[in-house]
Amino acid sequence: MESNVNDRIRDAIEGNKILIFMKGNPSFPMCGFSAATIEVFDQMGVPYETVDVLKDPEIRDGIKRYSNWPTIPQVYVAGKFIGGCDIVREMHAAGELEPLVRDALRS
Amino acid sequence: MTAAEIQSKIEAEVEGATAEVRDYTGTGDHFQVRVVAPAFEGLTRVERHQLVYRALGAAVDGRTIHAIALETLTPAQAAGRS
Repeated sequence: MESNVNDRIRDAIEGNKILIFMKGNPSFPMCGFSAATIEVFDQMGVPYETVDVLKDPEIRDGIKRYSNWPTIPQVYVAGKFIGGCDIVREMHAAGELEPLVRDALRS
Repeated sequence: MTAAEIQSKIEAEVEGATAEVRDYTGTGDHFQVRVVAPAFEGLTRVERHQLVYRALGAAVDGRTIHAIALETLTPAQAAGRS
């Protein structure tokens, strides 16, 4: 069971260059932090995929253990955990996020 | 959970930390937290946040604390910003 969830999470992360685990979806985010995270990626105008953890309680709990991170949203770029809303916003403001994201999309 | 409880937990668990905690809804479950600690030196942003989350333990499970906005700075960074 546990390993099954981890496999699903790993497959999703490895299968998408930019993956955002969030509450709700980009059109209807169900939490201010998820909304703010989506806004950053929309501002950059880059393609991304999302997983709605509210629709999947197994993933919702599993991703917290997988990343050793207790909160949602969680952002993965090129298979690497980048952080949650605060970190993404901070990196974006510092001009560090966009190069990372562009690199990931080129690879 | 109160802002004071969060502050004392972080300051007890993260070496040398000073924490400022604001309960921004007044309902004991949405907090804005700024932590300044020499222990953050040399750590990535993710590692810094993980340190603080670990200090708060089970409280950040989404049930006790619904939302926590976190800023983690080294003393040098904090001095540069103020």
